[in-house]
Amino acid sequence: MEFQFDWQAAFNALPYLIQGLPWTVAIAGGGLFIGFFIGILFGLLSIAPSRLVRAPAIAYIEIFRGTPVLVQVLFIFYGMPQILGGPIDKITASIVAIALNAGAYISEIVRGGVQSIERGQKEAGLSIGLSKAQTFYYIIWPQALRRMVPPLGNQAIISLKDTSLFSVIGVGELVREGQIYIADTFSALETYFMVAMLYLVITLSLSLLLRLYERRGAAGRA
Amino acid sequence: MNERTDEPIVRMEKVNKHFGSLHVLQDVELAVDPGEVIVVIGASGSGKSTLIRCVNGLEPFQSGAIEVDGHRLLPNGGGGNALRAIRTEVGMVFQQFNLFPHRKVLENITLAPMKVRGWSREQATDNARRLLDRVGIGDQADKYPTQLSGGQQQRVAIARSLAMEPKVMLFDEPTSALDPEMIGEVLDVMRELAREGMTMMIVTHEMGFAREVAHRAIYIHDGQIVEQGQPEAVFDNPQNERTQAFLSRVLRH
Repeated sequence: MEFQFDWQAAFNALPYLIQGLPWTVAIAGGGLFIGFFIGILFGLLSIAPSRLVRAPAIAYIEIFRGTPVLVQVLFIFYGMPQILGGPIDKITASIVAIALNAGAYISEIVRGGVQSIERGQKEAGLSIGLSKAQTFYYIIWPQALRRMVPPLGNQAIISLKDTSLFSVIGVGELVREGQIYIADTFSALETYFMVAMLYLVITLSLSLLLRLYERRGAAGRA
Repeated sequence: MNERTDEPIVRMEKVNKHFGSLHVLQDVELAVDPGEVIVVIGASGSGKSTLIRCVNGLEPFQSGAIEVDGHRLLPNGGGGNALRAIRTEVGMVFQQFNLFPHRKVLENITLAPMKVRGWSREQATDNARRLLDRVGIGDQADKYPTQLSGGQQQRVAIARSLAMEPKVMLFDEPTSALDPEMIGEVLDVMRELAREGMTMMIVTHEMGFAREVAHRAIYIHDGQIVEQGQPEAVFDNPQNERTQAFLSRVLRH
């Protein structure tokens, strides 16, 4: 058996695949942006002093961390219309799925970041007369945020790759565009290779940016 | 020196504190006069740190009351606005410094006066520079805390507390985390503060310093004040056998 990797076919696929790229980036970007705020909200609620406040936050986190993104998006896209009484746009469904899923993971990142700050920081803030809220805002949060950057970068990469699942509901993102192209050309090897390369281009750029940011932020600080 | 008035600035009345089944403070009665310097000594786990941490409400207590400059703390975090009022008037220096690593030295000091007292940035900055000069590190204002030595960090921490113009300063083993050669520079600053009449409650193992600076030494054992008096009396002629045993252990080296 002999196979040939047809570079010409691979490069021919590129202009076609590129059309999927904006959707991949838009869904991941939009979902992560919303997920970040969901994560801050529910991450902080999950460490609230009151159990009544903590319980629903923890329930949300466990549910959306404990079920697959694919099931979540199928539920939203095919299931929710039965409740809402009208169809949901597939892009909207995709962004909502990423936001809710990433939001649950980011909640845990936020919780971990805040809890990792030494107790003495809070005590020092309170002892100089700051209120609890001021101590959190000026002392705890900025330090927690800095520690959250690496795991947030990790989550961004994971969510970006998760968008590939949305080909299932017909979103014209990278994988979906690849599948359509293969249906016409039968060049599965070359096309999926290029799809993988395009994902790598985005994730590697993201990694690089994060590394640069971390190196800059690390200078002279704890 | 401040004039010693009759009215104590800190008063602890029958304070009891429990950590679960552990009785950390037992019926602690203590009155501190303005300008008085008190050292609290005792073995680790005796409750000496807990005692001073109760004064600014970092530790709640289960019965009794603590009054600082007319503001009254009640059991289980009670006392309403008194807590905030006390914390603006009581400074604290920690064993581990607890400086804010994400803020420059100067910003560590200006934060509370600006946010709590409402000072302008200029006013807070001028004051902070003056305080840094006073603790001997005026040239370190624009560094981050981790770029300083332990002794310098602790002096920044003292300046940070002083910036709120406190009436009482609490010191929780301020030199215990320092390399030996840096202990002196921190004690010098504290000695100066004492000389200027600051009311101070100091938990320390520095017996020589305690003897030299304190007006009163308190020995605490199992959460109880078992002996107190002039440092010379407590150190040289302890009456309680537990004090004798403790001092013979720490003074031998």
